[in-house]
Amino acid sequence: MSILETRNLTAFYGDFQALYGIDFRLEEGETVAVIGSNGAGKSTFLRTLTGLNAAASDSVVLAGQPIGGLPAHRIVGLGLALVPEGRRLFPSLTVEENLLVGAYSGRKGPWSLERLYKLFPILAERRHNPGTALSGGQQQMVAIGRALMSNPQVLLCDELSLGLAPIVIRDIYAALPGIKAEGCSVVVVEQDVSQAMNVADRLYCFQEGRVSLEGRPDDLTREQISLAYFGV
Amino acid sequence: MGEWINTILQGLLLGGLYSLFATGLALSFGIMRMINIAHGDFAILAAFAAIAVVEPLGLDPFVVLLLIVPLMAGFGYVLQRIILNRTLGQDILPPLLVTFGMSIIIQNLLLVAFSADTRSLSVGELGIASVPLGGDVAVGVFPLIVMAVAVAVLGGLQWLFSATPLGRAFRAASDDREVAQLMGIDNRHIYGVAMAIAMGIVAIAGVFLAIRANINPTEGPARLLYAFEAVIIGGLGSLWGTLAGGVILGVAQTIGGKLDPGWGILAGHLAFLAVLVVKPNGLFPRTRER
Repeated sequence: MSILETRNLTAFYGDFQALYGIDFRLEEGETVAVIGSNGAGKSTFLRTLTGLNAAASDSVVLAGQPIGGLPAHRIVGLGLALVPEGRRLFPSLTVEENLLVGAYSGRKGPWSLERLYKLFPILAERRHNPGTALSGGQQQMVAIGRALMSNPQVLLCDELSLGLAPIVIRDIYAALPGIKAEGCSVVVVEQDVSQAMNVADRLYCFQEGRVSLEGRPDDLTREQISLAYFGV
Repeated sequence: MGEWINTILQGLLLGGLYSLFATGLALSFGIMRMINIAHGDFAILAAFAAIAVVEPLGLDPFVVLLLIVPLMAGFGYVLQRIILNRTLGQDILPPLLVTFGMSIIIQNLLLVAFSADTRSLSVGELGIASVPLGGDVAVGVFPLIVMAVAVAVLGGLQWLFSATPLGRAFRAASDDREVAQLMGIDNRHIYGVAMAIAMGIVAIAGVFLAIRANINPTEGPARLLYAFEAVIIGGLGSLWGTLAGGVILGVAQTIGGKLDPGWGILAGHLAFLAVLVVKPNGLFPRTRER
């Protein structure tokens, strides 16, 4: 059964139509990557799933329940969490407070401060530091942890690797199996295609707001991906 | 010498009242980035509401606070949800204009209901009681109570902000209102609660002002000005800074008034300008780039 599905999803970025009839599905326990060049509509897609952009009611379905058009603060309580592009930690909150505010929706599940500190031990050492005083990689861990504290069924990750050193990116992605083991399905939006293909069970390529390619990484050729990614 | 010590002590304690005025303003700016031009008028509204209850029923003003504070807090929540939330966004002008309009409406409604006569609230002997500190030095009991309430309010807010999920939600919504929604925080509700707290505090300030001095329906803007000055002296976004700002303003006013009865208010404004020259962001700024 699909844990998350979009049906003919359209969305706007201001006055500009950013998504044209996206059909997307994420099966339970799956990791799906969404790739595409700048402006392809990837981030708008995630914003629309989380309720930050408007959507028709039945165009987004989470665990069988239509959630399109619901306000963002209600959608997180239903089990859909976003790790936003650029981390966007709350600067006036410490690491621990950033994590705790992630649990504001009160949704029950396996994730707690203790469980997160086991996943990212460095955060336990820095728990009283301001979130924004950490290195980029550690901030990304806080951003992931903050999203996990809402005990999501689906974790949406927007450009996890952006601005991070390769070794740090490897550490961040190494946490994904542990997250999935707790029953969380994952959508990863990435510009780094090789990184996306390494972690994904399936892959969608967006081009100018449309799905230009879909399939399993092993089944797709470099030429197919180039064509779908760049349109040439 | 004793006279001067008395003057400075009075100024210090007057700072407690100014701090109560300033705290609500600091809250609405700190959390919602909203400048409430009607803030002083809401204080005066609360004071007249208290007068309207105290005079016919003969109740103690402190008892009436138990009624007025929740009433004003509830009014604040509804006002924020129904009107003020709609004005919030990237542009700071709409909330300024709307609250400016409210200021005019409140003043005129109060003029219609209570006339332009000055009014006050009496707490009997307590209003003139003092505690001798030796020599010629003494402090008023009521100003001491006001200062104690101001410190208690600030301490309570400090605890709320640093140790409770609601406080974290306030700070998160202040930092990044969009990401706060992704945490499950309903900004509209959180802003409503913040305005309720601000209104509750300004209701206390308004009632204390009416106990301390005569008030009239058009006094709100002057009170807003002092609150602004206290907030800015203390540093935008700093809770305890509002107490420091209030105290500096209070001491400057009483010293100015001691030198010449006409210089009190002017001395307060000059102190405000002097702080701005030396520390343009106030003494304890906590504003952030957004």
